[in-house]
Parts: sequence; C-alpha cells; structure tokens
Amino acid sequence: MTEEAALTLFQQQEANRRRTTWLVIGFVLFFAWLGFGGDYIYYLSTRTAPPQAYHHAFPWFGILLSIAGVLIAWYGYRTGPEKVLWSTGAREVVAPATDQEKQLVDVVEEMAIAAGVPRPRIWIVPDADPNAFATGTDPLHAHIAVTEGLLAMMNRDELQAVIGHELGHVKNLDVRLMTTLAALVGVVVLMRDGTGRMFFGGGGSSGTRGGKKGEIGPLIAVLLVVWLISWILAPLITQFMAMAVSRKREYLADAMSAQFTRNPLALASALTKIENADAPTTHLKGGAAHLCICDPLGRRLNDHPGALGDVLASHPPIEMRIIRLKGMGYAQLKKESGAA
Amino acid sequence: MGPWILLAVAVVVVLWLIGAYNGLIALKNQTVNAFKQIDVQLKRRHDLIPNLVNAVKGAMDFEKSTLEAVIQARNQAVQVNAQGPAAVKQISQAENQLSSALSRLLVTVERYPDLKATGNVSQLQEELTSTENRISFARQLYNDTATQYNTKQQQFPTSMVAGMAGAAPAELWQIDDQADRAVPQVDLSMKPKA
Repeated sequence: MTEEAALTLFQQQEANRRRTTWLVIGFVLFFAWLGFGGDYIYYLSTRTAPPQAYHHAFPWFGILLSIAGVLIAWYGYRTGPEKVLWSTGAREVVAPATDQEKQLVDVVEEMAIAAGVPRPRIWIVPDADPNAFATGTDPLHAHIAVTEGLLAMMNRDELQAVIGHELGHVKNLDVRLMTTLAALVGVVVLMRDGTGRMFFGGGGSSGTRGGKKGEIGPLIAVLLVVWLISWILAPLITQFMAMAVSRKREYLADAMSAQFTRNPLALASALTKIENADAPTTHLKGGAAHLCICDPLGRRLNDHPGALGDVLASHPPIEMRIIRLKGMGYAQLKKESGAA
Repeated sequence: MGPWILLAVAVVVVLWLIGAYNGLIALKNQTVNAFKQIDVQLKRRHDLIPNLVNAVKGAMDFEKSTLEAVIQARNQAVQVNAQGPAAVKQISQAENQLSSALSRLLVTVERYPDLKATGNVSQLQEELTSTENRISFARQLYNDTATQYNTKQQQFPTSMVAGMAGAAPAELWQIDDQADRAVPQVDLSMKPKA
C-alpha cells in the first residue's frame, strides 16, 4: 500500500509540474491571442484606407503583449506566495510569543517530520473564522498560514490534522500549481477591471480615429466581437480552472493528512467545526479561495453534493469529505482490532 | 531487421536496469536519512528530560520512584551506541523503556493540578508532548520508507537488481513490550475538548 501511495505521490508531483507549465503556456498564449488578434483586426480595418493614411502592417500589439504575458507569468510565479500572503494580511511567526503559537510551531514541525519535508514558514492571519491555507513553489519554499479563529477553536489533534492536510498540498506540489493560478487569476481580474474602464468608460476618443463605421466589414465585426468576448470571459475561465483544479485535490490532501497523522477522525472533527463556523473569512478574498482548506467565502454551493456544486464549487462538499474520512477511520479501527 | 530488434530490446533492458538500480539506491538513502531523523529527535528528548525532571522534582517528592525510573531509563538510552543492523533493535528497546517511564510521569503530573498550573510545567508538558510526537512521526516515516524499500527489493523483477545495489532488508522499528503497546490515556491538549 505504501508503495502505491509513493508512486501516486510521484505521479501527483509530475502532474502538478506539468499542469503548472501548461498553465503558464496557456496564459502566455492567451496574451498572444489578445495581442495578435487586435493587430489583425486593426490590419483589416486599415487595409482599405487611402495610401497616405496609416496602415497597420507590423504586429506591435501582439509582440508587446506576448512579452508582457511572459514577464507577468514569470513575475507571478516568482512572487506568487508573497502576494498571496500579503493579500491576506498574514504575519509570520518567527519566535512564538504565546503558548498557542508555540503549539502551532510544534505541530507544524511534527507534521513536517511525518511528511518528510522541511519545516515550512508559518503565518497567522488575523481573522476570527477558522481556516488555513498553504502556498509556495516547492517544499523548500513553502508557507502555511492559519487564522486566529482556527487556533482558538481546534484542539491539538485537530490542529495537527489541518496542518497535515496543508502539508499534503505542499508535498504533492499542489501549492505550486495553485499559487501560480492564484497569481495569474489576480492579474487577469485586475486587467479585466482596467480594460473594462477603458472600453466602457473614457475610451471614446480612440473609436473615432479609425474612420466611418460603415467601412467595418462583417468579418471584422465578428472578429472584434470574439476578441472582446475573450477579454471579458478570461477572468471567468481562469476562475473555473482554479475551482476545477482545487476540488479534486482536497480529497487527496485529506487522505495525505490521514496518512501523516494516522488519525482521520481528527480531521473529520476539525472539518465539522470549520463547517459549523459559517461566517465567511473576510481576510481571504476570491483570488486565494481555492488555496484554503475550506471555502472562505461561505458559499452554499459547497455544502450540497450534486451536479451544480460539482461544477461551480472550489471545494467538495464538507459532508462528503467527512464521510470519506470517517470511512478511513472505521477501516483503521477494524484493522487494529483484527490485528490485536 | 533482426539485429535491430535485438539491439532495441537490449537498450530497453539496460535502461530498465539503470532505473531499477537507481530507484533502489534512492530508497536506500531515504531509509538511512529517515533513520537519522529519529536519532535527531531522540537526542532532543534526551536533552529535554533533565529540565522536565528539575521542574517537577520539588513538587513531587512523594513520587520519587516515577522520577527515578525516568532518569534511569534516560541514562540507559543515552548510553546505547550501537551501529549496524542491530542498532534499530537495541536503540528501540532502550527508547521504549524511556517512553513508558515518561508516559507514567505524564500521567502522574496530570494528577496534581497545582503542579500543572505552574507556567513552567505546562510549557514543558507541551514540549514533551511535541517531542514524543516528533519521535513517533519520525519512526512512522522511517517504517514507511523502510517498508517501501524492503518491498521494492523483494518484488520481482526489481529483486534481480537487489544484489547488485547492495540492498538488504531494513529493520523496522517495533514496539516489543505489550505494556507499551497500550496507549496511555493522557489528555495534554491545552484547550477543552468540544
């Protein structure tokens, strides 16, 4: 069984590396499409212009936006963890000041030993709602953050189970994929907000320069619409991706937590506590939602198993997770009583 | 055509040999490393015990035997300096003694609320809980890694390369004493149970 777990771990890591690469490639290609698409539309609309007028022949937009895409992706990958932590207002625990912090540091070190990874850096988010997340690019550069509410609410075993879950994400390199995704989603959302203002706000002056409206052919019009739609849809698509990516990984991280602590029922009880504290975690915004152990936005969708929840939620229903963990717990009890 | 097929088969076999060999070596080193991790945690425990004993000594004159058992077990465990394949067994025996002595001490400390109320003792208790957890998690990781290593070297077809890679079954860390097997019911959580 352990061998199988190890194989799948290796495969998980490989899959996450590959997915991160594809994500970055997709991101750059999307920028290229926006740029070159714009160039082509501009080229078509200036083609019939009089000889002395401006002809858009060289794809400046495409080249510039592709370069921008590469730079942004690189920057997002490099600084993703910092940005995520910064956006939550977390503070790092360097020297534990209180008994509670000391216990947190101890628990993280214990779980790092169990997982066989270096101890990640530890952060506390000043928020009363119980939640936790992990970020980083690899186990050597990993961060784990928990909210103050989590520390106050959990007993030692439950805290250990939650940390085990987060270290599961670290160990199978989920953090790399999810942090990169968070950084890129952030960029795209920002871009949407910015261009939204440009297109629908004060951008009127640029429209009049291209000549009379009647000169735009149907092909150009269709292209323009498709191009505009992709600007608008981009944030939605990236968010869907974030959700789809994270949902499957939660079950796996739950299982890894059980493997580290050998105590699946502690995680089940921690999840029950988190679920019952229903208030949204205000410090964890939409961009980082898919990093958390439970959806910080308190969306009802996550609570109901079913087709809609499967598509739209960033986390599997807590109910289902608890049922699976309890199943593991009973299997363990059965095995132990059988062996004795 | 024939020679080419033979060559291709030979290449595949050689590639597999390299992969299997390297896989075994990697697992072997992981096992050794996991074992060293237990050592690190055991050292930590040995260093911690004198502090713990000093903190509770004054208040626990009447429980002298429990304290002495801990000190004795600790000193024995420190002295074990075994190497080679027998090491796992010897070290684990000494440490298991210490574990049971410590858990008895923790149960005793629980019985004296006044003692627990002292800040120093509750901190040490957390420290000790954590140390015991670290040791057991380090053991768990070692046992998991060693099992993986043992399985790999015994399973066909990797077993054919095992001799070449110098692979020998790694000893698992076991709890021998039947009394140690029983989990002491000590609640050391700092928060009330829900």
